[in-house]
Amino acid sequence: MNVITNYFKSLLLWELLIGLKLTGRYFFAKKITVQYPEEKTPQSFRFRGLHALRRYANGEERCIACKLCEAVCPALSITIDSAQREDGTRRTTRYDIDLFKCIYCGFCEEACPVDAIVETRLFEYHFESRDGTVMTKDKLLAMGDRYEKEIAADRAKDAAYR
Amino acid sequence: MLETLQAVWGSIPELLQIVLKIVVIVVPIMLSVAYLTLAERKVIGYIQVRIGPNRVGPRGLLQPIADGLKLVLKEIIVPTNANRFLFILGPIVALAPALAAWAVIPFDETLVLANVDAGLLYILAMTSLGVYGIIIAGWASNSKYAFLGALRSAAQVVSYEIAMGFALVGVLIAAGSLNLREIVLAQQGSFLHWYWLPLLPLFLVYFISGVAETNRAPFDVAEGESEIVAGFHVEYSGMTFGLFFLAEYANMILVSALVAIMFLGGWLSPFEGIPVLGEALAWVPSIFWLLAKISVFLFLFLWFRATFPRYRYDQIMRLGWKIFIPITIVWLLVVGAAVLAQIGPWFD
Repeated sequence: MNVITNYFKSLLLWELLIGLKLTGRYFFAKKITVQYPEEKTPQSFRFRGLHALRRYANGEERCIACKLCEAVCPALSITIDSAQREDGTRRTTRYDIDLFKCIYCGFCEEACPVDAIVETRLFEYHFESRDGTVMTKDKLLAMGDRYEKEIAADRAKDAAYR
Repeated sequence: MLETLQAVWGSIPELLQIVLKIVVIVVPIMLSVAYLTLAERKVIGYIQVRIGPNRVGPRGLLQPIADGLKLVLKEIIVPTNANRFLFILGPIVALAPALAAWAVIPFDETLVLANVDAGLLYILAMTSLGVYGIIIAGWASNSKYAFLGALRSAAQVVSYEIAMGFALVGVLIAAGSLNLREIVLAQQGSFLHWYWLPLLPLFLVYFISGVAETNRAPFDVAEGESEIVAGFHVEYSGMTFGLFFLAEYANMILVSALVAIMFLGGWLSPFEGIPVLGEALAWVPSIFWLLAKISVFLFLFLWFRATFPRYRYDQIMRLGWKIFIPITIVWLLVVGAAVLAQIGPWFD
């Protein structure tokens, strides 16, 4: 009996009709496309994008050249040189992040005792030449100055969970 | 006004008249092919809960133009070891029959380029010729993937040709004519008089064979992107590839038109014979009904592609030889008996 029903089911394309019904229903379903440049998906305040070096409110750079980020970086993408500044404090003379090596894991940010190196939410960037691929200290500080408001707000939101 | 137009038309040499008529048929077909590609991407997109192309022009309406322009401008690369002459000939042979078959398609009662008495035979011949383009292309490419694709396609098309031919014989017995115009006229009455009802198994077999014949999903092993890259046209680029594309879509439209003509009453209105509605819609030009029916089948083509996974090669062969051919033969006997017994309302 089962054999006969199965035979007729396959002969009458029964399962194909069920499949067509399913896709036919989706034809009229609400479309979920996000039209990227105009529309964007929501972003977490913990999003890890392009890096930045922050400053204190008085304009002093936070980084004290402890090199913890350099040590923790699994991709070895951070290179730091340090020297004593005229006022006797320890500062970086070179702070490079190779964006080709970086895997955006966020360990540098976790390791930093003074919240100097952070990852911003910026993810839409590109390089036009090979020299652009390394974030130098100047570029990192400029990023920090530019996005300080957003960075500070995101850290404040995250503080509750730490 | 009309008389002057007729006088002008009469003064054109006959050969030029024919060429003009061909242009009037081919240009809309090419346009519909272009927009069928857009419709395909849109329909499949919608079924996959996406929007589909909408960037080029309003609502993506210029997308096919952009695609065509890109193909025309691209370089045609002929592989070093390919047979140059056949390599170029392949796509042309694929496209030409798909367009030539339109010569005998009646768009309405009088609108047909060539009212040939053996129209059905001509159609059968033309649709079978398309496979030569694929075989030539696959062989001339001198590439194993292209060759495998061509072999698969040839075997597949030949198998389904038989079931298709038998289905056409059913129509021929029912209508008593090979002339496509007379086949449509024999279906006059109402939509219950159309041949889809008495020839239902043949109708389904013909349409499914048509899908297989055009190498469309789920019968697209000839292309088989996932196993033999792109099959018979891997080595093609630019406009030579574009011609294969045109041929595939032109064939889709052709098969849809044939199904509409032979089983769904061609240009006849579906409301014919229904008391009030039939007269209320009598003003609609009959070509509209034909185009509507063609569109329905084209939508089915796209819907199938978005729904069904590809058949395995032996399954395709099994379906063609062991299911479709027996069904058509049995139903031919039934139709023959019905015609002899003059069972109404179709065969009296």
